[in-house]
Amino acid sequence: MSKFGGSSNKKEVPEMTQASLSDIVFMLLFFFMVTTQMRDSENKVVVTVPEASQSVKLERKDLAAYINIGTPTLQYRAQYGTDARIQLNDSFRTPDEIRDFIAAERDSKNEADRQFMTTVIRADRDVRMGIITKVKQELRRCSALKIMYQARKPEAQ
Amino acid sequence: MNTSSTADIAFLLLCYFLMTTTMGSQTGLSRRLPPMPDPNAKVEDQKVNRRNIIMVRINSQDRLFAGNELMDVSQLKDKIKEFLTNPTNNPNLPDKQTIDIEGYGPCEVSKGVISLQNDNGTSYHAYIAVQNELVKAIDELRDDFSYRNYGKPFIRLSEDYQDIVKEAVPSNISEAEPKDVTKNRK
Repeated sequence: MSKFGGSSNKKEVPEMTQASLSDIVFMLLFFFMVTTQMRDSENKVVVTVPEASQSVKLERKDLAAYINIGTPTLQYRAQYGTDARIQLNDSFRTPDEIRDFIAAERDSKNEADRQFMTTVIRADRDVRMGIITKVKQELRRCSALKIMYQARKPEAQ
Repeated sequence: MNTSSTADIAFLLLCYFLMTTTMGSQTGLSRRLPPMPDPNAKVEDQKVNRRNIIMVRINSQDRLFAGNELMDVSQLKDKIKEFLTNPTNNPNLPDKQTIDIEGYGPCEVSKGVISLQNDNGTSYHAYIAVQNELVKAIDELRDDFSYRNYGKPFIRLSEDYQDIVKEAVPSNISEAEPKDVTKNRK
């Protein structure tokens, strides 16, 4: 047929315009930019959170302060050993330093929202309660009473 | 201007955000710690009647004792529910108190307190499993209550009704002072 390969009446299919492509990609980009939250600190401890079927969602993610507890990752083991350690922000800390950490976190939040600040305890499932009790006592001492034990819902069978 | 490169640039940025994004929302068990006792205040004799307290203890071998009875985590929920509801008005189980709840009227509320104690050597996942069972017991009691009175589960209720249910079925879990922990270790 003349449509294919016919050179007599040249009716070229117009090339697909790519102008909208960038718009679409930009839209996706903005979506991810808005929903993303930067991983603010690198994990220096290994944390496998325990399972709990009654876990609920953390309501105000922006008002959370995280305390990581677990064994140091491989690269820090030579220096810090394999005992459970507390990681605040980016470094290993002792329980006594939690007070300063909470105070700093509190200062960084909006004044009206401070009372809703939640301290999320991200602890590995195999750590012992001794260190967690110490952390809890320290939190009570600086009256950061709203806490959450991070856990995940077990996979549905 | 040739705009064909904008798409590529945007793709690069998109990939970057795709990599760094953390989508999964955090979940966990929400708890409220008791405030630190004021050292100046005189020690209020918090003698809660013995029948109103259930000791839930987890020892260093992750064994669970509820009311001095060794049990499995799976049995704990029913034990707690029985403790909090006291359906037969057993004199060994907690007392009930009729209080007037705003928007509901008089209601029998259990005075039961769950006291959770752990050892320094208890593993965290055992502790969370027990906490989870306690939360589950209270959640189920709240669901029961809201089904009986409003015909729908607790989470479907409006906030005002949720507050009523919360008052009718309080969650009295006390996480014991650590000094008790050391005492138990001996």
